[in-house]
Amino acid sequence: MYNEKVLEYFYNPKNVGVIKGADGMGKAVCDSTGEIVKLYVKVENGKVVDAKFQTYGSAGTIALSSVATEIVIGKNIEDLVKISEEDLNSVVAGMPADKNYCASIVKEAIDESVADYKRKLVGEKKPRKKKSK
Amino acid sequence: MANKKPEIKEVYMDYAATTPISSEVYREMLDVYQKTFGNSSSLHYAGRAAQAILEQARIRVAKAIGAKAGEVYFTSGGTESNNWAIKGVARANRGNGNHIITSSIEHPSVLEACRSLEKEGFRVTYIPVDSDGVVDYAAIIKAICPETILISVMLANNEVGSIQPIRAIAELAHSQKILVHTDAVQALGVLPVNVDDLGADLVTISAHKIYGPKGVGALYVRKGVKISKFMDGGEQEKDMRAGTCNIPAIAGMGRAVEIAAKEQEQTAQTLKNIKRYFWKKVSDRIYNISLNGNLANRLPNNLNISFEGVEGESLLMMLDFKGIAVSTGSACSSGSVAPSHVLLAMGKTAEQARSSIRFSFGKHITPPEVDYVVEELYKAVKKLRSISAIRIYKDKDGEEE
Repeated sequence: MYNEKVLEYFYNPKNVGVIKGADGMGKAVCDSTGEIVKLYVKVENGKVVDAKFQTYGSAGTIALSSVATEIVIGKNIEDLVKISEEDLNSVVAGMPADKNYCASIVKEAIDESVADYKRKLVGEKKPRKKKSK
Repeated sequence: MANKKPEIKEVYMDYAATTPISSEVYREMLDVYQKTFGNSSSLHYAGRAAQAILEQARIRVAKAIGAKAGEVYFTSGGTESNNWAIKGVARANRGNGNHIITSSIEHPSVLEACRSLEKEGFRVTYIPVDSDGVVDYAAIIKAICPETILISVMLANNEVGSIQPIRAIAELAHSQKILVHTDAVQALGVLPVNVDDLGADLVTISAHKIYGPKGVGALYVRKGVKISKFMDGGEQEKDMRAGTCNIPAIAGMGRAVEIAAKEQEQTAQTLKNIKRYFWKKVSDRIYNISLNGNLANRLPNNLNISFEGVEGESLLMMLDFKGIAVSTGSACSSGSVAPSHVLLAMGKTAEQARSSIRFSFGKHITPPEVDYVVEELYKAVKKLRSISAIRIYKDKDGEEE
């Protein structure tokens, strides 16, 4: 059972959508549940100034995707990889035991957005689809 | 909390998971609770009174399914009945062979009982189903071998409502001296369930799907069928199922089964009308949806629909917020992250299976309630598609949502 905090984020998610021409886009696909998280970040002077998400997933994954956008905005892009699954879960006061994967997939999307940002900086092409878990 | 629920009506559309208890059944049980507390195994007056209630319930159940009272055994529910039927027949008839045939879309209590028997050295063939969720009869013919002792196929599926050709399977099986068990839990009350018409040797039924109490069910065992006892202990249920009988629940089941059989035709017609009304409304209102299974050959109270681009659990939660209770797959496995084994067996993709919702109707659902649910469903699907990482197109060349 989800707690009220998770449901609050699920019913009223923040920062839903796409950032056209995003500086970084991280996509994570969970093999065991089929859920997909896309996280877009806009970066100015090394700092995340905007973030949006699109998620096909459970209430928990949608809630944590919204949490992720709020956490990353204002942070240095280099620091996003330090965001842990615990950091995400703590914002919603914990997830049900069978929903631990939600934070993993969102964390993966965050890390991928940083990797994509770095690739774009040096003009590299994005590698072919990578699946998580 | 900002998500404090507004004033909403509640619409329960999860009758395949369980039903509310009917007032007649409740009154019957209350009367037993108040007046008949005895242990039906006791010899004194209180025990005899309980025994009388027990046997009256047995007669009611037997009459409703066209059986003899001596062929009906009370259990704790559908899961126990399925476990007992399969393990009991397998173990008692091992001398005749060690092969069992079942379908790939059975309830977990059948599938897991079979897997458990595999560990004991039995061999089990899991028969596939077609895209409508109907078992492949030709594959059963092919799977039968001299070692086959039991075929267990459900009368109607709990997730998609597909109705299985049990009579034909029973005729085939009996021509080769093979026993047949059917799980009729979902069918009872909405389809005719007569043991002779079905031809099954063992039939599982449960009370809480037919406006009866939870924690009680029955297994019909045709006279002469060899089956080992399920529970060791006292000599209840003709020494086949030990444990003090739950008399109030059994009394409630007796009444619930009696009503279900009496009202079956009328209930089925009411539910069929609601089902067709719901499907017409929902398919007119929401695009890129697909019905899992065939509209005609399914239980009159079941619709299972995939909503492209929308994950089932999040849709369930969104509807719950509006006071609407539905289900993803079966309640028994809804905590699982794996997509429905039934939908996968029907050839659906994992994404289609994960994007599915089961709506199951009860006899008191009204058209205005359907209208309310379809409208809230429309809003919920629209919202979740706007969040979704899977893009949806209204048609092949059309506009993106």
